[in-house]
Amino acid sequence: MKSDSWKPWALLGPSLTAVFFLLVIPVCFVVVYSFWLRAPSGNDIPAFQFGNYAKFFADFFYPSLLIRTIRVALETVLLCLVMGYIPAYFFYRTESSLKPFLMILIMLPFWISFIIRTLSWINILGDSGLINHVFLKIGLIDRPLAMLYNEAAVLMGLLQYLLPFMILNIYVSLDGIDKSLTEAAKSLGCTEWQAFKEVTLPLSLPGVSAGCLLVFVLTCGTYLPPMILGGPGNDMIANLIFKRIVGTLDWPFGSALSTILLGLLGVIVYTYNRYLGISQIFKTLQ
Amino acid sequence: MGTEKDPQFVKFRGIVKKYGDVTAVAKMDLDIPEGALVTLLGPSGCGKTTLLRMLAGLEEPTEGDIIVNGNRINDTPIHKRNLGMIFQNYALFPHKSIFDNVAFGLKYRSVSRDQIREKVKHALEVVRLPGVENRKPAQLSGGQQQRIALARAIVIEPDVLLMDEPLSALDENLREDMRREIDNLQRMLGVTTIFVTHDQREALSMSDKIVVMRDGLKLQEGDPETVYNKPANHFVADFLGHSNFLPGEVVGQDDENVRVRIETGDVLLARHRGSWKQGDAVELVVRAQRFEAHRQSHFQPTEGMNSFAGRIKDKSYMGGEVSYFIELPSGREIHVISMMRTRTYDYGDEVSVQVAPYHCHLIGREPEE
Ligand SMILES: Nc1ncnc2c1ncn2[C@@H]1O[C@H](COP(=O)(O)OP(=O)(O)O)[C@@H](O)[C@H]1O
Ligand SMILES: [Mg+2]
Repeated sequence: MKSDSWKPWALLGPSLTAVFFLLVIPVCFVVVYSFWLRAPSGNDIPAFQFGNYAKFFADFFYPSLLIRTIRVALETVLLCLVMGYIPAYFFYRTESSLKPFLMILIMLPFWISFIIRTLSWINILGDSGLINHVFLKIGLIDRPLAMLYNEAAVLMGLLQYLLPFMILNIYVSLDGIDKSLTEAAKSLGCTEWQAFKEVTLPLSLPGVSAGCLLVFVLTCGTYLPPMILGGPGNDMIANLIFKRIVGTLDWPFGSALSTILLGLLGVIVYTYNRYLGISQIFKTLQ
Repeated sequence: MGTEKDPQFVKFRGIVKKYGDVTAVAKMDLDIPEGALVTLLGPSGCGKTTLLRMLAGLEEPTEGDIIVNGNRINDTPIHKRNLGMIFQNYALFPHKSIFDNVAFGLKYRSVSRDQIREKVKHALEVVRLPGVENRKPAQLSGGQQQRIALARAIVIEPDVLLMDEPLSALDENLREDMRREIDNLQRMLGVTTIFVTHDQREALSMSDKIVVMRDGLKLQEGDPETVYNKPANHFVADFLGHSNFLPGEVVGQDDENVRVRIETGDVLLARHRGSWKQGDAVELVVRAQRFEAHRQSHFQPTEGMNSFAGRIKDKSYMGGEVSYFIELPSGREIHVISMMRTRTYDYGDEVSVQVAPYHCHLIGREPEE
């Protein structure tokens, strides 16, 4: 019966409702806020004007923050990709009975608060942190090394946050590859490495692609690692938004910044899917 | 001399494969003649795949030697073995076109581009699927994918073609067509082939030689007729077709036949094959198709034939034939398949069952398990 077609929607109903009220409506509010005026007194005045956007483009400081965000996000993607593919491939190939245990280790970080995990790096990299402490003790150095409050520390913090997402995305893709494909390739004359290049790598690209996008988007929206591990010059766009809205309570400008970030990510995700979508990946390999 | 076929083209010598405590293949000695189609037949888990994969180089034997064309290949890496492997699920590369799939092995064999195109075209003609070069595997049906897998394997002119249950993923009716096609192709190309199956009909219909396996052991090898008509033991007899087993004891023999007393007290004749002596505990093996059932009231025993009495216990109509289950006075049931030429019987009918000594085969009785 045709009238049954409502049933799947009914199942989706609760989550759609939640997404609508908890995500779509707040985002609409943010967009609306971005057109409001902020009076010198600090009051927000309903209006429809582009002053907040003009302010963003008037001072290169703001766009430069956005550019830095994208650069750091790309660096994070690259790091996660290189450091994520290897363990994912290991999980795909291993027949060890430890595999389920090791998989749980990947999930383990999610059990600990993101803030705690980020803060804990201070105890490792800080002036009186583990590394400096040990190096000083054994006399390798006579002054603490400055390892915190720079971009490397921020990248480290981002990496420990995002690596599991990359590993899992790639692993899921690899896991769907029939192992007899590699065996077929080898029986036809490929070495292990050639079989990887010919079969495994191309077939894992959908997961790589999904993982890269996820890491990119998550990096663009995060502010904790730069806030805790970065120096004054390492702020990213989300730090600015945080400071404007939570710090100076400048909702209109903060909203305009959020809307610009949202719009930019929207365009990037759309373009990425358009040209690097799963079906496209297969085609470009030919 | 060079054209002479080598009867030991592939040799397994003392091959053992253990996975931890599990012995997948135990002390296997096997010869595969050049150009022959040899089937490894046996129930699931008997080690067929493992044996094949060791030849392919996908598993390493725990013990023993594998020799192909006079060369021990144990230490030859898989990509240098020049064997064509066909997987149960076809294992076509989903992201590559049919052309690239078939050309795959040639790419790694320093063949020129023009030659590759030529050979791929020819291979696709051989498997009767010309003109699909530009399609993707997913755009072909299961049977077509199987042929592409075949084309991909034969285009490299392998020393041995290895097929692991290649038909089991196909529909029943397609399977028969594909089986005949593989059979014809193998004969046409003359490529030494090892075919793994658990389906006795497949094995019987296409093999030059059947190797029956169980629990990693070779139970019998021989051409289909030998294995079917002269099974070496209970398992082989049972695995190949509808066999009846009548336990009995050897009570005498002459030049031609062995006399066996079965549970009912009837003494049956079995053609003399192998050596038996008086008092041997044996089983008389008779295929269900070899028995003839006759109405008891009209029955005139034929000279030189075995006959005994029974009662129809159950029957099932199977189109061209009827399957009867007949109870003997001893309580044992036998299975008789009768062509519809003769009349049919009903439940409870008293019948006489007749079978020629030629169709009675003797095997030693194994201790009850
Ligand atoms: N990779 C493996 N690890 C452990 N045991 C295995 C492995 N492969 C096969 N076996 C065992 O070896 C035996 C033979 O398996 P296999 O060769 O696949 O049988 P077949 O192909 O005849 O069904 C089975 O008992 C199976 O469980
Ligand atoms: Mg198998």
